[in-house]
Amino acid sequence: MTAEAYNFAYLDEQTKRMIRRALLKAVAIPGYQVPFASREMPMPYGWGTGGVQVTAACLTPDDTLKVIDQGADDTTNAVSIRKFFERTAGVETTEETEEATVIQTRHRIPEKPLTEDQILVYQVPIPEPLRFLEPREVETRRMHALAEYGLMHVKLYEDISQHGHIATTYAYPVLVEDRYVMDPSPIPKFDNPKLSNSPALQLFGAGREQRIYAIPPYTQVVSLDFEDHPFDPGQWDEDCALCGASDTYLDEVITDDRGGRMFVCSDTAHCRARRAAGHVGAMGAPYEEAEA
Amino acid sequence: MSATSADFAPSPDGGRAGEGGSATPLLRVEALTKRYGPRIGCADVSFDLWPGEVLGIVGESGSGKTTLLNCVSGHLDPDEGRVLYDTRASGVQDVRLMSEPERRMLMRTDWAFVHQNARDGLRMTVSAGANVGERLMGVGARHYGRIRGQALDWLGKVEIAAERIDDRPAAFSGGMQQRLQIARNLVTGPRLVFMDEPTGGLDVSVQARLLDLIRGLVRELGLSAVIVTHDLAVVRLLADRLMVMKGGHVVETGLTDQVLDDPQHAYTQLLVSSVLQV
Repeated sequence: MTAEAYNFAYLDEQTKRMIRRALLKAVAIPGYQVPFASREMPMPYGWGTGGVQVTAACLTPDDTLKVIDQGADDTTNAVSIRKFFERTAGVETTEETEEATVIQTRHRIPEKPLTEDQILVYQVPIPEPLRFLEPREVETRRMHALAEYGLMHVKLYEDISQHGHIATTYAYPVLVEDRYVMDPSPIPKFDNPKLSNSPALQLFGAGREQRIYAIPPYTQVVSLDFEDHPFDPGQWDEDCALCGASDTYLDEVITDDRGGRMFVCSDTAHCRARRAAGHVGAMGAPYEEAEA
Repeated sequence: MSATSADFAPSPDGGRAGEGGSATPLLRVEALTKRYGPRIGCADVSFDLWPGEVLGIVGESGSGKTTLLNCVSGHLDPDEGRVLYDTRASGVQDVRLMSEPERRMLMRTDWAFVHQNARDGLRMTVSAGANVGERLMGVGARHYGRIRGQALDWLGKVEIAAERIDDRPAAFSGGMQQRLQIARNLVTGPRLVFMDEPTGGLDVSVQARLLDLIRGLVRELGLSAVIVTHDLAVVRLLADRLMVMKGGHVVETGLTDQVLDDPQHAYTQLLVSSVLQV
């Protein structure tokens, strides 16, 4: 029934055209929030309605889609959105980063470096980086227009004065091409360096707030900081307990009620690929055994 | 006597230490008019403000003094008239004709605005240090240690204990909030300060302390200031010159002592005689 009832990738062609116009504008002005007429989607706000609309506008029947949520391919959000596009667009889906042409993501950038043939679509809850400092939308837009970004540093100042260091660990504000300050969506600051000079096109969709913005390929993205408190992407004392990786973003997993815990890669596809290649972490079983 | 102040000459002893003998006024307001529909906010107001001079504007509620202040300071757009300011970079400019970025830059560097209600001028959700540092960061300061150093320095100047630097202004008393607002405004070294009822809503002993502080800072830094108030004691202490407003018009101008001791206009006489003698 779906084939007749729905247009390819759910949205009608006029809507996709409207979104593509917004996307073109967003790419032309890196970091600038372009308003668009966000549609009702068959999922609640907060579940990635903005990202889904951007993905729908970008998909072609030949694309291969990967959807990740907090780095994982197998969590509720990722599974539902993947299933949504399997049903409404009939495109190939994958869990392998390198096989995907369009990757929709929530809260992470894949560990594997992206290529020029890939589009990374972010789900954005709150696109306005100045929102919690200046609640007036009229005023924040004016601040963007005039590049008055002193207020962003007020937030970082507060962090240092209260915690001794910049305690913002996700949605860490960035300056795009020396012009617009942008909220990179709630990705961990660990991923901020990957935003800059990426070969892939990066698109950001905020459904509830009706904004689209973009980072074109090979664009300079700088994380804001102070001269005497430089940006630090952070690191772990541990390695991944399953694959032994020491350079990835790790999730802490509580294993029992007596303080037992393990740290594992948040990027499940990357971790699995490493284990398949023979890497074993401190608590991991060899790949063949575990998959058997 | 219906005085217009356009040709009012500044008193020779009104100019104080600071900028020295300047040939042009710092601020010149020409025939400023603001209407709210058929009603007038202020009509045909003109005055000059010289470097280092403090001008008081007094009048009853609804006399147009706050409208005038907002028009001059760029918060309201007047219907007619000019506001000329002697900018550091490019000489005398009509503030209304400046581009918006230029005007906003001027407003957060060379100008300061002290609101009657400190909450209007402070960012209540960030600490006192960040409040003072915001203007510095707004003009490009990116060194945490130096910003904090300057914030501490300014908190000291307005008599706020250094250990309160990381407290939010919501935890401060009304008087402290007002002093914090002053520190936040003066940190970029402005030359012109607008004050709207700076002592309103404070009890008398706190008022006295605040007035003392403002007077000290104005003298020490050689600031020019326009102070709007309905409290004659405030202008007696702070202002060199006085403008009395009624119904949107300036009814009398002159040296503060001269106006207060020998008021000419009937309304000024009423105003001066209404002050309670304790």
